[in-house]
Amino acid sequence: MPDPVADSQLLLDADGVQAAVGRLADAVADRHPETWPVFIGIERRGVPLARRVAAELARRQPGRGAPPVGSLDISLYRDDLAALVTVPRLRGSQIDFDVDGAEVVLFDDVLYTGRTIRAALDELADFGRPARVELAVLLDRGCRELPIQADFVGLRHSTRPGDYVRVRFAETDGADAVMVGQKEAVR
Amino acid sequence: MSIPRRKDLLSIAPLADEEIELVLSNAAQFKALFRRRVKKVPTLRGRHVLTLFYEPSTRTLSSFEIAASRLSADVTHFSVSTSSVVKGESILDTVETLESMQVDCIIVRHSASGVASLIARHSRASVINAGDGWHAHPTQALLDAFTLREIWPDLSGRRILIVGDLLHSRVARSTSTIFHRLGAEVAVLGPGTLIPDTRWDWLRKFRTFDEALHWQPDVIYLLRIQNERLGDDPFFPSLGEYHRHYGVTDERFARIAGEGLYLMHPGPVNRGVELVDAVMSYDRCLINQQVENGIAIRMACLHWLQPATSSS
Repeated sequence: MPDPVADSQLLLDADGVQAAVGRLADAVADRHPETWPVFIGIERRGVPLARRVAAELARRQPGRGAPPVGSLDISLYRDDLAALVTVPRLRGSQIDFDVDGAEVVLFDDVLYTGRTIRAALDELADFGRPARVELAVLLDRGCRELPIQADFVGLRHSTRPGDYVRVRFAETDGADAVMVGQKEAVR
Repeated sequence: MSIPRRKDLLSIAPLADEEIELVLSNAAQFKALFRRRVKKVPTLRGRHVLTLFYEPSTRTLSSFEIAASRLSADVTHFSVSTSSVVKGESILDTVETLESMQVDCIIVRHSASGVASLIARHSRASVINAGDGWHAHPTQALLDAFTLREIWPDLSGRRILIVGDLLHSRVARSTSTIFHRLGAEVAVLGPGTLIPDTRWDWLRKFRTFDEALHWQPDVIYLLRIQNERLGDDPFFPSLGEYHRHYGVTDERFARIAGEGLYLMHPGPVNRGVELVDAVMSYDRCLINQQVENGIAIRMACLHWLQPATSSS
């Protein structure tokens, strides 16, 4: 598929993505020296991100094993269904561990308006009552519409509302990359 | 691929293959919610679903009500027998009233074919046909397809025998259509007086149960004898006679269970007519799965449809 924005620029290449994953792993390890929290990735690209960070932690501290990873499909918790002109294909949430009393790290690829995280927190509450929920994102692009901030950030890069930002992972898209483009480029 | 949302669900025939696939796929995810501690999702919060049943129904009505409430929609049952319909209000007058109430989705059941589409044409709200006369019952067809897809992800070449009163059955019409669309071979068995002449050349017809079993179906789909629709016309001599010829008798059940065939029925069952009691505890009897899957399919349909944008 051709890139929708002709003059989008490469913000992170594969090495850059891997370095950002490493920074997230460092930050999570610093904050959780005793026991790993459980990881929950937000569909779609929060899931490969959570798995990458979990694998990175297991590689660095083999004695502790890897944190368990679940997935959250927030489609049914969005606040904009009435505005959608196409039907979303549901992927379903898969959380095979108890979140009651657990320390949870939510993962998403990009933190933007905060609405996805709001929906994810609502859905998570229907699975149980975690002791604490933290948020990890590969890229924080700013432009918040809700009072939500990330605890762990791979990279901060300011954008304007409507600017083009895409995260690609080898698992979902064939290769690792983060692309950004100016709003004016979209016609 | 993204599928545009649809205003109404009136019958199976106009649906694109991709629409059927998407609804079946999403229904599986809605069904997964039933195993969660909180079975309810906020998806349709603030939306209003109205059930408008001109014909009695317990199962379909409750199934839609449960589906709507698990999606957090508000549900109102517009009780027809106690409403002004008995005072002579026409269907379109009722629709105008409902429009003023600004509901988002109307679930319609009526004894006359075409009433759901009539309402859909005159309403901003989405309309789901929950059975109109002998014509269609699309959510039943979708849930039947979903139930078999849980057993066989691909229905190609599977043989499904539909037994009973095909003439008066909207279930038979919708369900045989979707099975055929999904690649299954479909045959019918029933009293000659209750088998319609169709132009569907893909529909095989049998005269006796023996002949039909010889065809080696994978599934036997029993239709309900609808006493309320038969009226006074003697389509067959008696229910006992029907049972002997077209029912799952003890003898036929032994053969069906021996061959491991699946059994389906849209409910409610007339025990001793379409089937004997023993069938109900048969592990390949899918009736209870059909009921549970009905809720998931109806959630997927409610999630899929979108009312027309308000012209005001």
